[in-house]
Amino acid sequence: MTATQAPPRTAAPAEHGSFAATLRAEWTKFRTVRGWVIGLTVAALVTVLVGLLSGAGSMSSCNGHPCHFLHPVGPGGEAVTDTFYFVHRPLASHGSITARVTSLTGELPTATGSGRVRAGQGPQSGMHPGLEPWSKGGLIIKANTTQGSAYAAVLVTGDHGARMQYDYTQDIAGPPGRPAPASPRWLRLTRAGDTITGYASADGTHWTQVGIATLPGLPATVQAGMFATSPPYSVTTAQGLLGMSGTGGPTLASAALDHVSLHGTVPGAWTGTQLGAGRSDASPAMPGRYHQAGGTFTVTGSGDIAPDAPGGGGPGQTLDHTLVGALAGLIAVVVVAAMFITAEYRHGLIRTTCAASPRRGQVLAAKAIVIAAVSFAAGLAAAAVAIPLGSHVLRANGNYLYPVSLLTEVRLVAGTAAMLAVAAVLALALGAMLRRSAIAVTLVIAAIILPYLVAVTNVLPPGAGNWLMRLVPAAGFAIQQTIPNYPQVSNACAVAQGCYPLAPWAGFAVLCAWAAAALCGALLLLRRRDA
Amino acid sequence: MSAALHAEWTKLRTYPGTAWLLLAVVAVTVAVSAAAAASARCPAAGCGQDPSKISFTGVDLGQAAVAIVAVLAVSAEYSTGMIRTTLAAMPGRIKLLAAKAAVVSVLILAAGALAAAGSLLTGWLILPGHGFTRAHGFAPLTLADGPVLRATAGSVLYLALIGLLSLGAAAAVRDSAVAIGLVLGVLYLLPIVAAVVSNATVRRHLLQAAPMTAGLDIQATTGLRSLPLSPWQGLAVLAAWAAGALLAGGLLLRLRDA
Repeated sequence: MTATQAPPRTAAPAEHGSFAATLRAEWTKFRTVRGWVIGLTVAALVTVLVGLLSGAGSMSSCNGHPCHFLHPVGPGGEAVTDTFYFVHRPLASHGSITARVTSLTGELPTATGSGRVRAGQGPQSGMHPGLEPWSKGGLIIKANTTQGSAYAAVLVTGDHGARMQYDYTQDIAGPPGRPAPASPRWLRLTRAGDTITGYASADGTHWTQVGIATLPGLPATVQAGMFATSPPYSVTTAQGLLGMSGTGGPTLASAALDHVSLHGTVPGAWTGTQLGAGRSDASPAMPGRYHQAGGTFTVTGSGDIAPDAPGGGGPGQTLDHTLVGALAGLIAVVVVAAMFITAEYRHGLIRTTCAASPRRGQVLAAKAIVIAAVSFAAGLAAAAVAIPLGSHVLRANGNYLYPVSLLTEVRLVAGTAAMLAVAAVLALALGAMLRRSAIAVTLVIAAIILPYLVAVTNVLPPGAGNWLMRLVPAAGFAIQQTIPNYPQVSNACAVAQGCYPLAPWAGFAVLCAWAAAALCGALLLLRRRDA
Repeated sequence: MSAALHAEWTKLRTYPGTAWLLLAVVAVTVAVSAAAAASARCPAAGCGQDPSKISFTGVDLGQAAVAIVAVLAVSAEYSTGMIRTTLAAMPGRIKLLAAKAAVVSVLILAAGALAAAGSLLTGWLILPGHGFTRAHGFAPLTLADGPVLRATAGSVLYLALIGLLSLGAAAAVRDSAVAIGLVLGVLYLLPIVAAVVSNATVRRHLLQAAPMTAGLDIQATTGLRSLPLSPWQGLAVLAAWAAGALLAGGLLLRLRDA
């Protein structure tokens, strides 16, 4: 007795089962629905238009006239604040300067009874003793006395101990503590060509190296000496949609230095120079002074030697302000992405789709790739247009835009496009899970746009708002940050000023993780459920 | 009209998502309000915060669920083709929209009242422990206080007006995803644009015109003078938006084939 067995059914022709065919099918579906193509076009258009409109509404003026502020640029091309009092002598290409700092004291503005003064206004009537955390004084070697020139400094601060700082953005921590007559702090800078080394000591005999700075292209003769400066004080008392109101104003720091010794000087006497602190300075500062009695120098200054970062009360805008329209584009992209899957359920097409390519994971992957690709393309085109047009409008309206490197600009364009793509995938996955486009769209908007709104309008206290921006998909906006968060600048830079609690790629990774989790959930449900 | 109301009530009542969504309105509003109250701190007198606004923070998110309820009340009929049966049975299209608006409003007013009461309760329970005390110049959050009563009732009305705005938008664009995107875009994007715009005058006008920021002025109990609009003026702006959306929706409903 022979049992005849039917030959095993041949698998479907390779072309039907292959991923490429599924991908092609999904691309055809997308391309042939006019509403979706229009939706993506609308996404690109609103991204540009909303950006332009917000730029058009950002007229900046100083008492009715266009603002004329000086914006020094540092050696790295970044905007810097370079305002301090400098007591200096010329120094040759090899040499050193040593001094003992016996005290760092200062004055802060006194908030009077009705003294709700906006940060950015002139000196206060009353001052009381006190230091800002980043008030600083010490030794500095600087290429010349122009604002923005290369420098290296070893210094003591109000609350952050001794530091070595150079070229505005670099900051290295040294031994802690604020100097006092009983516990002075010795500082030394040595120069060998382009290399400057900073040392600190408690007694003037046992030195520890704080850091080494390389300042390429330093001229043969530089200026070496003592300095003091103190950043503006500001306390934000209320933040809301109508903007910040706070108390604040310029502050002063005085450093007392003795045992000053120089090696390798070219002939010359000590000269006191005030850098910045004029009317055209963007951030408030008072003129400084110096006083020499015996071997003791007392240097008093106001301002800062640091990167000019947003949120410090300065008038600058960050480049990502031109991309506020991407939020509108994101909504359009999310709507199309959710419909890309829910429309199949609505019209029953999903049954045909699943019959044609039974591997549901492949269908989901193909859909995700198609929607991500078209969203990325729309976002890329929109951002590439919105940034130059938007910055033109902002500049024409009298705004100062912080300069950024080309690499940052590329990251801004590509990152915005990538953010739209990942948000589209998130919406697609939620749509596959819920099968209801309205709920999927609402969830994505509530997860991306609402936290951003809450952060921008300071609905929550800063701590809670920052945690929200770390955890929810809105963290992805960090990819749009153009000016880094500098720890050596204590400013009130929040989401509204273009600063995010996470680093750009870390924030983007949070968004990607949410999208990946949603895709996994969608895959699980697609496999388990009947279509 | 009573037949129309009855029909709409039956449809909305038997739609599988309605009860869950209304529950979501209450739960989300109260939960977010509680979280906002828990994270708020008032260390000293004159901390410049508004306990009423904090207590009703959840409305920011709860309105999204309200928008879904209202949008689906219209769009669901289009996605299933039910609209053709509805219109055959009830040819007066404006009457249909009015019946829908009435039923949706009643449901949202009921859910909104629960949500607002729950939010107020969490604020009343949590905020005094976080420095919002009489010593710091804050009266207890109770309905006996005139401004708090106005904020509470206003939050309920705000949600109902958001529902009407969404209903009108859905009648105009028909598709649920597009309608919800449009509504949430108008609600959430305008305040963001206002925050980014650097010119104070433009910003103030945007805040006066945007339905969300203007409407939410009704929740303020402190610093009323610095508001871009007075509380009731703000709610009137939102009502104008809702009326505009209903008008547009009704007009398109009349003019178009279903």
